[in-house]
Amino acid sequence: MSLVNFTTREITCKIVYYGPGRSGKTTNLHYIYGRVPDSRRGRMVSLATQTDRTLFFDFLPIDLGQISGFATRFQLYTVPGQVYYNATRRLVLQGADGVVFVADSQARQLDENLESLQNLQANLLEHGVDIRTVPCVMQYNKQDLPRELILQPPELDDALNFRGVPSFPGDALHGTGVFETLKSITELVLRKLAQGAPV
Amino acid sequence: MTTALNPKFTFETFVVGAANRLAVTAGRTVAESPGSAYNPLFVYSGSGLGKTHILMAIGAQSKVLAPALNVEYLTLDEFVEAFHAAIAAGQGDAFRRRFQTVDVLLVDDVQFLTNRKEMQAELLRLVEALQSAGRQIVLTSDRPPAEIENLDERLISRFSGGLVVDMASPDYETRVAILRRKAEERNATFPPGVLETVASAEFANVRALMGALNRMIAYQAVNEAPLNAEGAKRLLGLEEPGAEAPPAAPAAAAPAAEPDEFSQFLSDVTVTVGKAVEAWRARVAEAVIRWEGEGYRTLRLGALLKQETPIAVDEAIASFERDVERLRALEAEVAQFDPPVAGDAAFRDPERVAEAEALAERVRAGAAPPPAPSAAFPLSAVAAGASNEEALSAIRQVIAHPGKKYNPVVLVGPGGLGKTHLLNALGLELAQRPGAIVACLSTQTFVDELIAAIDGNRVEWWRARYRRATALLLDDVHLLAGKDRTQEELFNLFNLFLDQERQLAFTAPAAPANLAGLEERIASRLAGGLVVELREPDREVRRAVLARLLPAQQLPAEAALIAYLADRPADSVRALTALVQRVAAAAAEQETPVTAAFARQILEGGSQSERRRTTGFRTSGLVVSSAGGIRSREKMIWDWPQPEDRVIEDLR
Repeated sequence: MSLVNFTTREITCKIVYYGPGRSGKTTNLHYIYGRVPDSRRGRMVSLATQTDRTLFFDFLPIDLGQISGFATRFQLYTVPGQVYYNATRRLVLQGADGVVFVADSQARQLDENLESLQNLQANLLEHGVDIRTVPCVMQYNKQDLPRELILQPPELDDALNFRGVPSFPGDALHGTGVFETLKSITELVLRKLAQGAPV
Repeated sequence: MTTALNPKFTFETFVVGAANRLAVTAGRTVAESPGSAYNPLFVYSGSGLGKTHILMAIGAQSKVLAPALNVEYLTLDEFVEAFHAAIAAGQGDAFRRRFQTVDVLLVDDVQFLTNRKEMQAELLRLVEALQSAGRQIVLTSDRPPAEIENLDERLISRFSGGLVVDMASPDYETRVAILRRKAEERNATFPPGVLETVASAEFANVRALMGALNRMIAYQAVNEAPLNAEGAKRLLGLEEPGAEAPPAAPAAAAPAAEPDEFSQFLSDVTVTVGKAVEAWRARVAEAVIRWEGEGYRTLRLGALLKQETPIAVDEAIASFERDVERLRALEAEVAQFDPPVAGDAAFRDPERVAEAEALAERVRAGAAPPPAPSAAFPLSAVAAGASNEEALSAIRQVIAHPGKKYNPVVLVGPGGLGKTHLLNALGLELAQRPGAIVACLSTQTFVDELIAAIDGNRVEWWRARYRRATALLLDDVHLLAGKDRTQEELFNLFNLFLDQERQLAFTAPAAPANLAGLEERIASRLAGGLVVELREPDREVRRAVLARLLPAQQLPAEAALIAYLADRPADSVRALTALVQRVAAAAAEQETPVTAAFARQILEGGSQSERRRTTGFRTSGLVVSSAGGIRSREKMIWDWPQPEDRVIEDLR
C-alpha cells in the first residue's frame, strides 16, 4: 500500500497490534480512543463476543489533520489473539506498516507470547514480508499485576525481544506506556518511510 | 530630548513576513529616497509589532545611504515636551526652526495627539513646512489616522495623503523565523520542534513572543537541560485545556497518565513528519523564509515547494544561495560606485543574476577610481633641506600614521616650492598601503568633475567615488573660493574622512585663515589640522634639485656647473628649472657642451629681458624677489670671479 502519497498529500499509517489472546491489544486501542478528541477519531469498530473477546478485529482510524501539509491518518488495528483465528490475523496483517507486539507479562503466559511471536513471523512471511524489515515495537503489558505473577521487563526482553526492538512496560488499562508505544512505532514507521523516500 | 536611534533596529534585523512586507518595502523605499516616494509614510499596527523598529530602521538606513542627512527620531511625547519647554522659554520660533531643518523626521506614537489641539496645530504647521520643502516625515500610530480621536481633519488628510500601511500580527512561519533569529542572536539552541511548538501558539505580538523566548532561555540556563516541546508548553502555560479528551477508558486511577497525551503525541508526530517525511520541504520553506526576510525574491524555491516529489532540493537551494551571494557581492560593489543603482530590483532577484551582472558591468565601466597621484613625483625625488624640513617630517609622519597623526595636513607656500610634488609624493606613498584608494587631484579638476556630475545627473556616483577613497589630497585648495556647491561637498567629505580617520591633505598659497572666498567651516577645518609652511629653497635644496635636474636635461652634472647654478638667485624650484632649461636650450642651439662658463655666458651675457625673467617680476631697475627682498640690479655684482666667495645667501 502507498504509505505516503505526495500527489494527494496524504500519509496513511496502518499499525497492527499483535499478540496472544487477552494480552491487552484492544485495551490499548480503547485507551487511545479515549484520549483522542472527538473530531479527530473515526468510529471505533469493535467486533467482540459477549465476554469482550475480539472476535474479528478492532479498527480505530485517527485523523491527525494537516501535518506539514499532509493529511495524516493513522489506522490502528488489533488482531484476534486466539489461535484459531489465524486466517483473520493474516488478513489484518496485510499491508501493515508497523506492528506493536503486545506481550502478556504474566509468567505463565510466556509460552503463549512466544507462540504468538512465531505466528506473527509466519504470517508476515505468508505475505512475503521478512519480520526484520517491518517496524516493530514491544509492549510488556499488565505490569501493574503483583510482582510475583509477572516477569520484569529485562526478563521479557531476554525471552522475547531477540531483535532488540524498542520495548515498553505497559499498563494499558490505566494508560501507562500506551502512547509511548504508539509514538515509538509511529516514529519507526515514518523514519523507515524517510529512508525509502527520495530526498 | 531626541532619542538616539537604537543600532539594533535595522532592516537587517527585521523579520519580514506577509503581515508586514508592505510596510517594510515602503520603509525601505522611503529610506532610499527620503521625501520623494511616500510622504508622509504612516505606519500603524498593534503594540509590539515593530512600529518603532521600522521607524528606527528607516532612520538608520537613510543615514547609511546619506550620512549628511539630518535624521530625527522622537516619540510624540518627546515632541510635546520639547514644544512645551520651548514655549516656556519663549523660544517657540527656535523650536520651529529646529524641526524645519530636519531631513527625515520620525515621530512615534502619534495616537497621543488625541485632544491636544495646540500640538495638532503645531504638527500641522510642521508637516506642511517639511512637505513643501521635500523633507521626509514618517509617523507611526496604533490605529489609522481616521481613527485617532479628535484629530484635526486637516491632519487626517495630510497623514492619509502619503501612504498608510498597517502591520498585522506575524503568521506562523514568521513567528518561527523570528524565534529562530532571536534565539540565534542569543546563542540559544533548542531541540527541534520546540520553537515551532511555541510559535504555533497565538501570541498577540512580537513582544509577547520575545517574552516567551526569554523565559525559555532563562529556564534552559538554570536547568542546564534542553527544554523539549512539552516542557516549553508547560513553562509558558500554553497547554490548552480543551484538547483534553474526556477519559473513556477507566484511566482515572493512573497517576502517570498525562492529561493531554494526544496533543503531545500529535506534536511529536509533527516533528517526526517534519524531520523524516518532508525534511526537504522544511529545508526549502526555511530557505524561503530566510531569503524573503532578507529581501530576495524566492520564486525558484517557491516552485520547488509546488513539486510533489523532491528532486535535487539541496542542489537547488545551494545554487539559489550561490546566486544570492553573487547578487550580494555585486550589490555591494555597485553600492560603492553608484548607490542608487544598487537599489535596482535585479540585485534582489536570483532569477536575474545575468541582468545584475550586466548592470554591475555597466557601473564598473563607468566608475573610474578617483584621480590618483602622479607617478612623476616620487618622495625619493624630493630634495631635502632646511627650508622644507618641517614639511617633509610632517609628510613622513602622515605616511607612517595616515589619518591619525595630522589630519588634515595643509602645505602652505608660494608657487614653485614643491607643494604639488610633496602632495603627490604623499599620495604615492599612501597608495602603497593595501586597499588604499588615494584621490589626488587639483582643486580645479575637483570642481570641474562636480560640475560635470551635476550636469550628467550623476552627483551620487561622483560622491560615492570620493567616499570610497581612503585619502583625499587636493592641490591648490584656494581655488575653491566662491564655489559654494563644491565647498559644501568638500565639507561633507571632510567630515566623513575625519570621522573615519582617513587622511586629508591640501596645498594652498597662504595660511587657511588668509584665503579669501573660503567658507569659515572649511577654513577652520583646514586650520584645525597641521599647517606647515614651505620656504624658498635653500642652497642645499637647490644643489640637490640641480643634481637631479641636470642629468634629466641631458646635461653633465659637473660640480662646477651645479655650484654655479645653485648660487644663482632662484626663489623657487620652478625658477631653478627655468634656469636650467634656458642653459640647455642654448646649448642645444649652439651645439656646445655645457660647462659652468657656458652657463654663465648664457645666463649673464644674454639680453636683459631674458635675464629678468629668471628672477620674478621687476619694477624698473629693481628686482623684486617674491620672498620680499629688493635688490638693485645695477648695484649687484653678478659676475663674481669666485662664486664661492659670494655672500648673498648670508646677507639675506
